[in-house]
Amino acid sequence: MTGLLRFATAGSVDDGKSTLIGRLLYDSKTVFSDQLDAVERIAADRGDDYTNLALLTDGLRAEREQGITIDVAYRYFATPVRSFIVADTPGHVQYTRNMVTGASTADVAVVLVDARKGVVEQTRRHASLSALLRVPHLVLAVNKMDLVDFDQAVFDGIVADFRAFAGRLDVKDVTAVPVAALQGDNVVDRSARTPWYDGPTLLGHLEQVDVARDDAQQRPARFPVQYVIRPMSVDRPDYRGYAGTLASGVLRRGDAVTVLPSGRTTTVAGLDTFDGELDTAVAGQAVTVRLADELDVSRGDMLVAAEAPPATTTSFEATVCWMADAPLRPGARLLVKHTTRTAKALVTALHDALDVTTLSREPVDALPLNGIGRVTVRTSSPLVPDDYVADRRTGAFVLIDEATGATVGAGMIGSQLGVRA
Amino acid sequence: MTAADVALDHLDALEAESIHVMREVAAEFERPALLFSGGKDSIVMLRLAQKAFWPARLPFPLVHVDTGHNFDEVLAFRDRRAEELQARLVVARVQDDIDAGRVVEVPGGLRNPLQTTTLLRAIEEGRYDAVFGGARRDEEKARAKERFFSFRDAFGQWDPKNQRPELWDLYNGRHAPGEHIRVFPLSNWTELDVWRYIAREGIEVPSLYYAHEREVFERDGMLLAVTPHSAPRPHEAVSTRLVRYRTVGDASCTGAVASPAATADDVVAEVSVTRLTERGATRADDRTSEAAMEDRKKAGYF
Repeated sequence: MTGLLRFATAGSVDDGKSTLIGRLLYDSKTVFSDQLDAVERIAADRGDDYTNLALLTDGLRAEREQGITIDVAYRYFATPVRSFIVADTPGHVQYTRNMVTGASTADVAVVLVDARKGVVEQTRRHASLSALLRVPHLVLAVNKMDLVDFDQAVFDGIVADFRAFAGRLDVKDVTAVPVAALQGDNVVDRSARTPWYDGPTLLGHLEQVDVARDDAQQRPARFPVQYVIRPMSVDRPDYRGYAGTLASGVLRRGDAVTVLPSGRTTTVAGLDTFDGELDTAVAGQAVTVRLADELDVSRGDMLVAAEAPPATTTSFEATVCWMADAPLRPGARLLVKHTTRTAKALVTALHDALDVTTLSREPVDALPLNGIGRVTVRTSSPLVPDDYVADRRTGAFVLIDEATGATVGAGMIGSQLGVRA
Repeated sequence: MTAADVALDHLDALEAESIHVMREVAAEFERPALLFSGGKDSIVMLRLAQKAFWPARLPFPLVHVDTGHNFDEVLAFRDRRAEELQARLVVARVQDDIDAGRVVEVPGGLRNPLQTTTLLRAIEEGRYDAVFGGARRDEEKARAKERFFSFRDAFGQWDPKNQRPELWDLYNGRHAPGEHIRVFPLSNWTELDVWRYIAREGIEVPSLYYAHEREVFERDGMLLAVTPHSAPRPHEAVSTRLVRYRTVGDASCTGAVASPAATADDVVAEVSVTRLTERGATRADDRTSEAAMEDRKKAGYF
């Protein structure tokens, strides 16, 4: 059995991020020869000195023309130990929203720095965003070590700088690896040119880092109802099941659950799947729950562990990453989508904005594109959120512009997030 | 409460993600439809839909865009599967658009590019507001940029530089009348995952996917079958080879690969060590240019 690891990569322009991913794909033998032929042909046409592995990942015409990554691209590779989903996120400041998008589902964030440049503003931005999105593990990949003669002092200096900044973030695990993506040092294979480094290679670390969902299983059960299944067939005239994905915790037949926001309590009568009934469902599983009592339950309701329910509220504080061109101002009317419930929302206050490179907060009147700020939101119908620090699934929401349908913001519920500032 | 120590392996995680996406669509859209061609990806997608809504029937019809150049066996499989699931099958024919003069067939050309017109017509006629497709991000570079919920304007067009951010498992399906959303539940699956799943679940696929003897000829490095839609040119020698198909699209542009893989497990073993992508190996339509897929997708293709 192999597990699944989702990781996001972030770095400044020209830190060699796409090259690093190309190297991971290439050295793990995931790059197919027709893909490699295609990029080698392009490199030859352009007169490049070496095969540009970045061309393996930059998929859009505009990206190849400009030599930059514009949008999140997803890449896949597998080793005998794990399958990997890579969210390759662009480095530019104006694409912060893409970094946030990639980090939202990541178990690990790999932040690249150029060994010649060290920790720069973008590095701090990416580390802060990873902490804010509560990516559990952070990897600092110090790239282009070949251009500093694999000098240990350079590596140690950058790591010390980074740790000083990361110390102000709520990150539980930081691992630093010296790499040269272009030649492959310490990416998949251990480099002979860094005898002073005894840590894992980048891939070695990604294969071993502990990301079991047991953290999610330890929390109280949270089951947002997606869809009510009623076959209304001859053999199942009265069947009524609540389909959804268990966001957190464990559900067993016989468990007491409360339906929120109504507040009625009942017990789990059955956990159905196409493959048979389950005794136990765990976080991440898609199941259909039957309840012992006939209650009014519909999409948007949440079944929760009766002994540890979340608060039911129509007003909450949150940190928002704004993703629209027009700035967010207090008084904005939007839609909020939280788990499977969508409600009308009013941003009643904009408290301050966070400078993710200095971690300072300043009062502001408006939050621009890519701005991150603390807001108070009031909703038309009650939500049952957890704090994002406790639960990345039930503490998250998106903001939608009702007129255009665009996704304009990402929100994390609670006043305390991953940044100690 | 204590943890159950139930670990989900990567296929379980992918399956759960796909089911979640399908249920979101069934709950939030009024008229979804699922594109079903009888190819392996859409077969897996159909199994996932069956799981998502069990014990109820599928809450949406199946739609097939028929190029008229399909393998008979795949069409028979398509019809049988729809019948087993008691699902409604809507077939939209490229030939109808050719006959009506909406598209022009290039003599000897591929019919795949013509599919877009037929697909958009089917969506308009069915008034579908969400359409499930079996595309995967690992297939091709432009597809690597796709969302699970991919917004299409009133002309069915994809705008890759202006896509909605997609965070956590929160999908935004808002659209105006006339616009629709393409939904890709298999976004995070690879070709190997699909085959592992077919093997694990014991899912039946058309026998073309397994080794069989067939009269083929070589063109552009691909093995094309001798069919009414793909005949050898005078200098192309025909021989009988042991082959299988990695994709079963339009017979005029889908090549077979030499392979002795006779079971799903054999195919898993073969795909694990293969050095060519399935599209690079077998699809002439993607070889046209570096950005062939991006251009077709912008125009409304899957």
